[in-house]
Amino acid sequence: MPAVVWLVVLFVVPLVIMLSLSLKTCNPASGACTMTWNWGELPRQVNLYRTEFFTSLEYGAAATIVDLILSFPIAYWIAFYGGRKKNFFLMMLLVPFFVSFVIRTLVWEFILSPSGFFLTFLRHAHLVSANFHVLGTGSAVIAGLAYNYLPFTALPLYVALERIDRRVLEAAYDLYASRREAFMRVILPLSVPGIFAAFLLTFIPAFGDYVNQQILGGTSSTMIGTVIQNTFLVTGDYAAGSALSVVVLVISLIGIWLYSRVLGSRSIEEYL
Amino acid sequence: MTGGTGTVDEASATPEASATSRPVVARFDHVSMVFEGNTAVDDLSLDIYEGEFFSLLGPSGCGKTTSLRMLGGFEEPTRGRIFLAGKDVTFQAPYTRDVNTVFQSYALFPHLDVFENVAFGLRRRRTSKADVKRRVGEILEIVDLPNFERRRPNQLSGGQQQRVALARALVNEPSLLLLDEPMSALDAKLRRQMQVELKRIQTRVGITFLYVTHDQEEAMTMSDRLAVMRHGRIEGIGSPQEIYDSPTTEFVATFLGASNLLAGNVTGVEGSIATVTLTHGWSVRVGVGRLPEARVGTPVKVGVRPEKISLGTGAAAPGSDHNSLRGRVKVSTFTGVGNQYLVEMPWGTDVTVYAQNIGEATAPRSGEEVVLTWPIEHTFAVRPMASGSTEDETNTGDNDE
Repeated sequence: MPAVVWLVVLFVVPLVIMLSLSLKTCNPASGACTMTWNWGELPRQVNLYRTEFFTSLEYGAAATIVDLILSFPIAYWIAFYGGRKKNFFLMMLLVPFFVSFVIRTLVWEFILSPSGFFLTFLRHAHLVSANFHVLGTGSAVIAGLAYNYLPFTALPLYVALERIDRRVLEAAYDLYASRREAFMRVILPLSVPGIFAAFLLTFIPAFGDYVNQQILGGTSSTMIGTVIQNTFLVTGDYAAGSALSVVVLVISLIGIWLYSRVLGSRSIEEYL
Repeated sequence: MTGGTGTVDEASATPEASATSRPVVARFDHVSMVFEGNTAVDDLSLDIYEGEFFSLLGPSGCGKTTSLRMLGGFEEPTRGRIFLAGKDVTFQAPYTRDVNTVFQSYALFPHLDVFENVAFGLRRRRTSKADVKRRVGEILEIVDLPNFERRRPNQLSGGQQQRVALARALVNEPSLLLLDEPMSALDAKLRRQMQVELKRIQTRVGITFLYVTHDQEEAMTMSDRLAVMRHGRIEGIGSPQEIYDSPTTEFVATFLGASNLLAGNVTGVEGSIATVTLTHGWSVRVGVGRLPEARVGTPVKVGVRPEKISLGTGAAAPGSDHNSLRGRVKVSTFTGVGNQYLVEMPWGTDVTVYAQNIGEATAPRSGEEVVLTWPIEHTFAVRPMASGSTEDETNTGDNDE
């Protein structure tokens, strides 16, 4: 029973508030909202911020793919060769994330700034031109997202690889599979649920993220998270903000629905 | 412990004497394996012949699984050479060897259905599609799993999974099939069923089986030959009947079936019969050929299997070809197929006796004085094991029943 109470208070109630807000009409000046069953707000917001939605999809997907490529070897190495120090290596992966999300991103801004040591070094080494910059570009946002969400990719991958029975791998070798074939035919297929879980866990928060775009992206191109934040906190239009949030939620749910269709809903629970 | 008598007769019926004239499929040549300072396998030399069902039997940690894994290519020996079909494969990768393994936990591919599990090896060898389909179908027929092609491993029972594991290995027609305690996850009834089944399949496909087990009954029931391993060494090797009737070490005598062992010294040798005087003055006779060393003064343990002893209540005088001892029945247990007696010798040692229930009117009761007699030919002698090291190991053999 207490679990149900928690679920209602922390999950159902806010969700209902957000859904109903998205159908209301608000007066930004007074902040008062009245229910007008304004279904038109959803498509209107999608149309209005189509570019930002696509930018978010693009950055989120790019960051997720970068994370998958970076994490797979890390997770693979820890799972198969970590030995008794597995937990230590996993801890190492997580240690940077004990620092606040915003501070970590601000440090990246410092590192990547034109006067920062990284670019200064590259300029002095004549590897980049004098006016080369990283901050304020889409690449900086993708890099920031990839950095901030790396554990969300690495951990599910690790779980998937860790649970592969080593004897199954021996069976593959026994049945004439070379190392490459064993990887392609056994390890990779068996880690698919983990790859999918990692994709969802990384993509969903990266898609809705606004911190990285605001700190590292400057005015280059806006992500939907920033739009939602501005709509709520700058414009004060709660109805429009809620409508945008609902759209983000629906896009995420489609991803989860696809996952459960392909791999079954049980495997979601196992990785979360 | 009742498995002993019944299984010996079955085993003796299988022809095995010709094994030595067959070509050698696998050879261990002075192989040692040292793992983190522990010697898992100690100077092992062993030939396995074509077509035989060979078992490596021993308690856990005796080196039997390590030996099997070295043949499969999953471990490299520290010293020595391993040959398959005359070719040195000591350091060859598993996937280049003409052997296949049935793993203890089956290790089926969970993401593949039964058909693809079985076809895995054939596909890696670029077998044509039609051939894969035909051979997988045939082997599933042999292991009695037709129409299971599209099931996933997690939809199968333990026994079915084991058949799939067997089919997956056999379909490749290896020159040698390695089986690593394949029955350990099955319940007792299913295990007995699979023993018969496995023997049937082996006879049908004619592939050499190397079977690793800690279950002495399993090894005796199925094997043409078996080797008893302990501390990385072979303690006894031969047909189940040879090993059972003429154990060569104390460990073999107690690990494989039950034995009564009485400590003594060789005190006389006359022709082909030696006299062993037991520690407490009584004496028994044993064939000279059974002695570890035919020299007066040699310390030995004379042994006799419980079912070879007959009990008499009178003052029955034994013939010249029998041994005889006196004792008092301490415990008498009716087991249905027979009676099991614990007879206390005058000096305090207990001797176990099995008597078959063949309708004899009077079974000796507890407390009764009895005479134990058994033929000299069923008496064996072994060198006493270094003291103190026997208990834990001999018990593991008995617990498997």
